[in-house]
Amino acid sequence: MLRSEALEAIYPELASCAVVTIMGATASELYALGHRPNFFYLEHAMGLASSMGLGIALSRPEETVVVLDGDGSILMNLGSLTTMARYRPSNLIHVVFDNEALLSVGRTFTTATGTGSSIAAMAEAAGVPRSATVDTVQGCRQTFREALASRELTTLVAKVAAQGPANYHIDVHMLENRFEFQRYLTRDRHKVG
Amino acid sequence: MPVSETNSQIVYTALKDCGVRLMSVLPETWLVHLVTLAEADGDVTLVRLAKEEEGIGISAGAHLAGISSAMLMQNHGLLASLNGIVSLAQLYRIPLLMLISLRGGFGEEHPWQTEGGMVTEALLETLRVPFERLQTPDHVAQRVREAQTLANAALRPVALLLCRELMWED
Repeated sequence: MLRSEALEAIYPELASCAVVTIMGATASELYALGHRPNFFYLEHAMGLASSMGLGIALSRPEETVVVLDGDGSILMNLGSLTTMARYRPSNLIHVVFDNEALLSVGRTFTTATGTGSSIAAMAEAAGVPRSATVDTVQGCRQTFREALASRELTTLVAKVAAQGPANYHIDVHMLENRFEFQRYLTRDRHKVG
Repeated sequence: MPVSETNSQIVYTALKDCGVRLMSVLPETWLVHLVTLAEADGDVTLVRLAKEEEGIGISAGAHLAGISSAMLMQNHGLLASLNGIVSLAQLYRIPLLMLISLRGGFGEEHPWQTEGGMVTEALLETLRVPFERLQTPDHVAQRVREAQTLANAALRPVALLLCRELMWED
């Protein structure tokens, strides 16, 4: 499964969620499917997408928050699995695209998930109430919908090929994206009347 | 315990009076009373961290979601958070209010705290993070309020250093 195919499979559901992606390929592939004001692309600070999603989920319980993480990123912040599990917000879905590699650096460097480490098993051991690993587009779509319906913190690991887009172009400036996303999250405060 | 309960309460009240509704914390000795106060406070979401850098992400998320937050950590936690401060809070213009216990200054008895104590303020200057010391209870409320005002106006991280004179009763 390509990550772009997995993204396409869950894209319709993302329309009504606050979405935080990691940088690089994941961000640009989501952007290519069609940018929305509820999408935030964390273009640096590797590892902190899940922490940001947790901060949003705890601050806005009425919002469904989806983090689109990667194996390299979550491996930089494994403690985040334990912090998410401790507070286990029911409105947070943590998707990890696991291509077993650091892909964006120009040559494929295998991460520890390529040498036997399992992110889903680590999430489960951390206390995340629901976790699953999928490797097909149909499985990804199905499991993501089940996670949405469950109203329980879920870590969904989607095994994807180590293949990225031709370029990482996003025609939304980082700060434009930041302020647009903030306005989306606080939209009830901007209503007139 | 020689950590000042009275002055911890003053710091806590100052944060609450500024509208802080989420606190992310990695506990350490000087922060014990502050954490206990947050645990007992139904109006504050307390997030206990595994490592301090997570708190930068949590505060960034809270800010974008319209909630005022503060991070409470030791100065060695600041050292463990540097990329988050630079590559998230500064890059994305997040008004991050950091309360940092300044271990390793004059009066420090523990050898393991001393190296961190000697680099904290120079590091904040290098990072261009404006900071002020909290040393006596009389200026706490004003400095906390002013720190938050600057953070919100500049959309940048600011720091308040919890000093020995304020936090420790020998």
